[in-house]
Amino acid sequence: MNFLARRVMTGALTLLGVTFLVFGLSRIQGDPRSILISDDASFDQWQEMGKQLGLDQPVYKQYQIYVVNLIQGELGTSTLQKKPVAGILLERGRNSALLAVTAFSLTILVGVPLGVLSAVKTGGIYDYAIRMFAVLGQALPSYWVGLLLILIFAVGLDWLPASRMSDWTSLVLPTLAIGWLGVSGQIRIIRSSMLDALDSEYVQLARAKGVAERTIIWKHVLRNAIVSPVTFASLTFASMLTGSIVVETVFAWPGLGLLSVNALNNSDYPILQGVILLAALIYVLFSFVTDVVYMMIDPRIRIQ
Amino acid sequence: MNLSSNVPEKNASGVLGSSYSRRHRLLRWPIFSLVVLFVMICLAVFAPIIVPHDENLGFLEDRHQPPVLFGGTSNHILGTDSLGRDVFSRVVYGARISMLSALTALVIGGAIGTALGIFAGYMGGWVDELIMRLVDVKFSIPLILIAFAMVVIFSPSFGLLIGLLTMFVWGQFTRQVRAEVLVIKTTDYVAAARTWGASPAQIMYRHIFPGVISTVLMIATFQSGAVILAEATLSFLGAGVPPPSPSWGAMIADGRLYLDTAWWVSLAPGIAMGLFIAAITLLGDWLRDYWDPKLRQL
Repeated sequence: MNFLARRVMTGALTLLGVTFLVFGLSRIQGDPRSILISDDASFDQWQEMGKQLGLDQPVYKQYQIYVVNLIQGELGTSTLQKKPVAGILLERGRNSALLAVTAFSLTILVGVPLGVLSAVKTGGIYDYAIRMFAVLGQALPSYWVGLLLILIFAVGLDWLPASRMSDWTSLVLPTLAIGWLGVSGQIRIIRSSMLDALDSEYVQLARAKGVAERTIIWKHVLRNAIVSPVTFASLTFASMLTGSIVVETVFAWPGLGLLSVNALNNSDYPILQGVILLAALIYVLFSFVTDVVYMMIDPRIRIQ
Repeated sequence: MNLSSNVPEKNASGVLGSSYSRRHRLLRWPIFSLVVLFVMICLAVFAPIIVPHDENLGFLEDRHQPPVLFGGTSNHILGTDSLGRDVFSRVVYGARISMLSALTALVIGGAIGTALGIFAGYMGGWVDELIMRLVDVKFSIPLILIAFAMVVIFSPSFGLLIGLLTMFVWGQFTRQVRAEVLVIKTTDYVAAARTWGASPAQIMYRHIFPGVISTVLMIATFQSGAVILAEATLSFLGAGVPPPSPSWGAMIADGRLYLDTAWWVSLAPGIAMGLFIAAITLLGDWLRDYWDPKLRQL
């Protein structure tokens, strides 16, 4: 089986696994209606839902009905907002995507140069400072960083709004809070792959030939070291797209993250199930695209 | 402070020997990490003797007293929260809960993940395929969302928290250990054991497992920071340890409402967590460089 077909199949199997999980979770306590229907539903609505879910039929039939509904974009109705889940996801997803794009741009624009600098100046003061910055970014919880930013820039200096979505100024603080984590990961991964590539014989050959150091670093080393950073970047973006759940809560940013937290507090299972499926779909799609891009760049992967 | 930050070595632009010095750099002891971890673990273990106040008992007349350097008294060195509880005592007890839950989850999740990784790598075929697809499913869903769904279905408890954190950690072990086993199983000593008639179970336990122990310990070190962050995140959102137990995440959430007047309530646990996780990360980096620089990608 060739690489592409195999990759499509593993992606599909992963999604199938996720649907098993979500389906199983909703039925773990017996009747799924207890978590899928709002508390004020009438007896008729209760019966109606039972029929829709095929609860009078065997479990594998119920699963079949569930998957067919999913494929048609039928994700159920939010028990809190009483609207179809798919529409809500679309609306909130747009807000999360906006934040994801800004935070991701920061990750690349700041993370890559700092990572390269850190690797090139190994052991120096820049390397040390950059590594501390990265270790801290990964050690401090991003929502705590968000609170700190609010404390300094909104409460203390009163330069930027503390929360809610308004004009571009409201994007700055959440972008920084989410971005620091992304930048830190990117720095660490670029640095380590660059160090591996710097050790290689082709770099020594290039040096021996007298190639300019700048060319060696940006052309020979970075190009060969780019595989893991690209995977990291693509999966970081995927996870940012489904909402940086906690940071959105801190900044009252109306994206998928805040939606999930509200769903948690109001026991809105249909919404949670929708966000889980969306997150998995985005993750699988992104890792698939990343792998296909590699396959085109690097022929060794095709053989594996 | 750690790694080779102050060790003189030829930098990357040196024409000769950069590869040698980088691979065989003199590794300094990670003093910063060891000191921070030692102090914090001691605080957590001896918490009942150390803390000056009952961590769950507060007096409303004492509420929102600032830390000692910001006009407070030495009675409450890190100030008090909105219920008048001593922040220092709560941070110390919070360390206990964080470490305990992280350790439990790592031991259970690490054991399950390692066993699955060895099994998948050694057996190959459909067993491998099945286990690796399970790992894919695990990685495709953010833990927090699964946690939310579980909390809606069950209600938050310490047991559920441990279960969720275990679900969070096992996959990393499985992936990395499997990759390692694929290499180990082609070695001569495994082939020799097979020709002597050792059963697959014996080979996996006696000959393959010892070879992956260092990898497992390294993953555990790196993961412990991630698990503590995950625990704090769940508690921050009210899906972790039920109140009033002091958890770092829950404390940050408590202080959020009074950020403009009593910032120390949120800041103190965040700083404690940052220090602890930074120390673990640096220790993990050091261990990796010490054992096997080739694993930098971990």
